[in-house]
Amino acid sequence: MTDGLDLSRVRFSRTGRLVVDDVDVTVPAGSLGALIGPNGAGKSTLLHLIAGIQRADAGALAFAGEDLAALRRRDRARRIALAEQETHDAPELRVEEVVALGRTPHLGPWSGLGARDHAVVAESLAALGLESLATREYSTLSGGERQRVNLARALAQEPDLLLLDEPTNHLDVRAQLTSLELLRALAQSGRTVLAALHDLGLAAAYADHVIVLDGGRVVASGAPAEVLEPGLIRGVWGVEAEVLAHPSTGRPLIAYSGVAAPLAPQVALEAPLDARP
Amino acid sequence: MKTPRVEEARQRRETPRVEEARQRRLETPTPQQAGFETLAPRPARRARTALWAVVLGAALVASVVAAVTIGPAGLAPADVVASVLAHLGIGDPTLSPLRDGIVWELRMPRVLTAAAVGAGLALCGAVMQALTRNPLADPYLLGLSSGASVGAVVVIVLGVGLLLPVAAFAGALAALIATLALAGAAGRGSTRGSAGALSPTRTVLAGLAVSAMFGAITSLVIFWSATGDSYREILNWLLGSLAGTDWVSVAIAGGALVAIGIPLIASARTLDAFAFGDAAASALGVHVGRSRVLLLGGTALLTGALVAVSGSIGFVGLILPHGVRLLVGSRHRALLPLSALAGALFLVWADTAARTLFDPRELPVGIITALVGGPVFALLLMRRRVS
Repeated sequence: MTDGLDLSRVRFSRTGRLVVDDVDVTVPAGSLGALIGPNGAGKSTLLHLIAGIQRADAGALAFAGEDLAALRRRDRARRIALAEQETHDAPELRVEEVVALGRTPHLGPWSGLGARDHAVVAESLAALGLESLATREYSTLSGGERQRVNLARALAQEPDLLLLDEPTNHLDVRAQLTSLELLRALAQSGRTVLAALHDLGLAAAYADHVIVLDGGRVVASGAPAEVLEPGLIRGVWGVEAEVLAHPSTGRPLIAYSGVAAPLAPQVALEAPLDARP
Repeated sequence: MKTPRVEEARQRRETPRVEEARQRRLETPTPQQAGFETLAPRPARRARTALWAVVLGAALVASVVAAVTIGPAGLAPADVVASVLAHLGIGDPTLSPLRDGIVWELRMPRVLTAAAVGAGLALCGAVMQALTRNPLADPYLLGLSSGASVGAVVVIVLGVGLLLPVAAFAGALAALIATLALAGAAGRGSTRGSAGALSPTRTVLAGLAVSAMFGAITSLVIFWSATGDSYREILNWLLGSLAGTDWVSVAIAGGALVAIGIPLIASARTLDAFAFGDAAASALGVHVGRSRVLLLGGTALLTGALVAVSGSIGFVGLILPHGVRLLVGSRHRALLPLSALAGALFLVWADTAARTLFDPRELPVGIITALVGGPVFALLLMRRRVS
């Protein structure tokens, strides 16, 4: 048991299919964890289980030594926030109103936003450079802007554990790095951050800890330099890559060289180019 | 081959742009630069909401008085005020008993019932739109009103020994369950992991089917009993009418509005949390399933009580919340109370028009609301297709 997030033997099945299979995950407090794995590996589902949106069938989920299943939903929402990918059907709300939704678990039914709530909303907007968009309608924003607003909403919950599902989707390079630097800064301030990422390069460059999920199972976990090696990348994603050391940071640098040779010839004939063997 | 001059021109063209982009980048604060400074809270939106609440509230009071004066027997606003004060025990009766009767026994209960029904329907519409994440949700379109009509008619016409609002509630609840089940069954498998967020179009189609069924049952029950002018009575239930309402109607509609409307308004924050769907609401600490059952149950209960006194009046729950959103936005703390005020105001005038336009004949008020609401509904449908 650690100060951070601690999952042990977590299982979850949906419509008879095991989506999360005996998963053990540890993310120490004050560190940035990256959940990586191919499409359909169970990353989003695992984040939903931690956020309490769905209930695990078996296993123990703990944060800071507390059993998450025993927490009341509202108390859980004060400690854990989830920033999801932007959705297509946008509500008719202004950016600042969307971010203020993050205060929901901190407010009673009759109480309005207090001075502190306004301050937290303003800080969250500022942390993502969204001040100039505060009064814009959310529905008029671009995908990348919505992504940042969703992250600001999660920050407004003032969580100790921040979960993010593909936080860099739709973002340009600078915005991707800005978001990850923000996450790293949040982790360094003592919070625990777990982000599902598609980009192995970003995970390698920023995460303290990577967890590789494939078919609902954890196939590797540890420091990026230990985990991200060509054999694992070939086995899990089906691509050939060389892993170099970054000339200035020393972190792993992944150089892809192509899709791995298919195992069976008929797959190669029928499957599209980007399919896994 | 590029000449030096071309090259120079290209550089001239590009340098400022690159420089400008760099400048813009520098101006965008990074998380470290942005710091955590505190911005002043923005009171503008709240002041706007308060202003609209005052305007609508004052307009409602003035409209109630004005609506009571309108009719075949001419009355002045001062007469209305005098009568009301006398009945409240403040001041002495100055009106003749006949004129006082017109104010206090005929017109006042009808106008107040209209206000309560309008407020309740608009509130139900706003709550249902949030919970089903469906801009086309409304007690009438989703069949609740026709279900409630069946319940009410069964009690009134067949004399089944049940309290009128209770029977209407049972009908509304049955219709709600039927509509949501039908919409859900029709859409199973096509929406990925978004239980509750049923497709608006499918929900409206399911509501249409349920409305038609329950409307037919209402007509059948009235015909079966075949006493007096059944056509008129059928029309009044299917289109809605406030003719013949008395203080008992005010008590039923007003009582339900207070008893259920206030808890609904108190759940504004929960409704806000549904803006990004069920998963997001859950992550914000909302008990999604429990909230949806309680709140939709509340709208069914309120609709039942309203329809028991007025029949199924359409479109009030659809158009007023959309109008109010244009004024103060979508936060439910502002939207719900202002929708209720606007709905009351709207139905007071719609009913006044219904009883005076073709004087001495009366229109069912639902014809007026449909004349206004139909085009708005069409507009909302078209806007959805575009977006």
